[in-house]
Amino acid sequence: MSPAPGKPHGDWAERLNPAVFLRDTAAIVSTELVKLRRDPSEIVTRSIQPALWLLVFGQVFGKLHAIPTGKLDYFSFLAPGILAQSVLFIAIFFGISVIWERDLGILQKLLASPAPRGALVLGKAVSAGMRALAQGVIVYVMAFAMRIQLNWSPLALGGVMLAVMLGAALFSTFSLMFACLVKTRERFMGIGQVMTMPLFFASNAIYPISIMPGWLKVVAHLNPLSYLVDLLRALMVQGGTSTFGIGTDLAVLTGVLTALILVTSKLYPTIVR
Amino acid sequence: MPQPTADSIAIQTNRLTRSFGSLVAVRELNLVVPSGEIFGLLGPNGAGKTTTIKMLTTMLPPSSGTATVAGCSVLANPVGVRKHMGYVSQMISADGALTGFENLLLFARIYGVPKAERKKRIDDALAFMGLTEAGGKLVRTYSGGMIRRLEIAQSMLHRPQVLFLDEPTIGLDPAARHQVRDRLKELRRSFGATILVTTHDMDEAEDLCDRIAIMKSGLIAAEGSPEELKRQAGTESMDEVFIHFAGEFSDTANFKDVARARKTARRLG
Repeated sequence: MSPAPGKPHGDWAERLNPAVFLRDTAAIVSTELVKLRRDPSEIVTRSIQPALWLLVFGQVFGKLHAIPTGKLDYFSFLAPGILAQSVLFIAIFFGISVIWERDLGILQKLLASPAPRGALVLGKAVSAGMRALAQGVIVYVMAFAMRIQLNWSPLALGGVMLAVMLGAALFSTFSLMFACLVKTRERFMGIGQVMTMPLFFASNAIYPISIMPGWLKVVAHLNPLSYLVDLLRALMVQGGTSTFGIGTDLAVLTGVLTALILVTSKLYPTIVR
Repeated sequence: MPQPTADSIAIQTNRLTRSFGSLVAVRELNLVVPSGEIFGLLGPNGAGKTTTIKMLTTMLPPSSGTATVAGCSVLANPVGVRKHMGYVSQMISADGALTGFENLLLFARIYGVPKAERKKRIDDALAFMGLTEAGGKLVRTYSGGMIRRLEIAQSMLHRPQVLFLDEPTIGLDPAARHQVRDRLKELRRSFGATILVTTHDMDEAEDLCDRIAIMKSGLIAAEGSPEELKRQAGTESMDEVFIHFAGEFSDTANFKDVARARKTARRLG
């Protein structure tokens, strides 16, 4: 066997080749799925938190009737918020994996390969989406067991899957971006903790934006989680409606995700320097 | 763009320089490595070896100067460089949660090995490195020497023209070291690959390398075949060659390098 002939390739032609981009994204995703299938314990342990929110928080706040939820009962209002929350929580610590892979030297090998950086980032984002889908199944089972009136139409289910994937991809890329900036596990854990709760409480996940004070309304409108919750609320439960409009929700989530992938692809190589 | 240099040159640097703040880690490095050579980059911790490898593998942009690897400029065509090189980092970097085969499969896909060829290419690489039986086992059950051989197998899957290995035998026991060295020589024989290797082990450098450059404080202090260097230093011992050119001991070792080497050694048990 002889080595491949050394024809130099154009950098830009390679970067813009969508077949290569998709192939490398798929390679990352399928590797992550092998790992997830081999050890799904994370999915199970992470389902404890949404269960607590639905069962404990939902039960108590549902009895108060203090939160205006329109035509929906509080459980039906809360369930999409909790699904969005579990998507956020599973995705927001995803950046730690890239710091871990950097410390192990796996990331260096990937960056030393011709794989487009964007494909490495998107591969991670889609993997986070897959994890979130598995989590979503658990939230659906819990919601069903609590007799929440779910919308089972195939179109709505497909929409929920898309929303969950989009949301997980968005927050995991957000997390990867922070990992590239802070570079160490200790700093990242601190920031991860600080990010999750504000994102969650400054959203429409457990109460509508309409009852918020003015300044918080502004924050909630800037928070991508609000659009994910809004989208899920329209699709997941019977009688659910969107406040912003499904088109707006999708446009905001897709737009923010695209911007984050572009920025993170630029930052990705700096994490090994 | 003037791209391909002569086919006979695998690596060439021209006044390659990298500074970190006020520290100049690599200073106007001029290096020519002909195709098919095993070239050793030696020097104390902090001499600039790893920084040089990082620049040559496009992980770190140079502050000034240029370099070409396999005829591609690290500045103008980094993707071309990455296509034609293989890289084994100082760290133990195979994924323990995957089997040996799965580790190689990821890279076979990323390097665009055609689907029909992948399985055979991976099986051949595992066999070449003596890992056929271990291929289906999780890498976390491998010994340090097995992981290193797996990483070398991975770095050769796409038949790169140039292979970079940063301290490939660090932390390995003598038998495993010997095996890794033996496989590297065989790689050069079978595939004609050019190999650039860094090491602290002077006997290893003598055994493995056609030529050696000893770096000190970002500069090349000496360059030549092991025999030439021994003659220049007036000694028969490679350790004394090192001390002659790099100084008796170095206090420039940077904390990160030392911590990383220790971590790798620990992980190898």
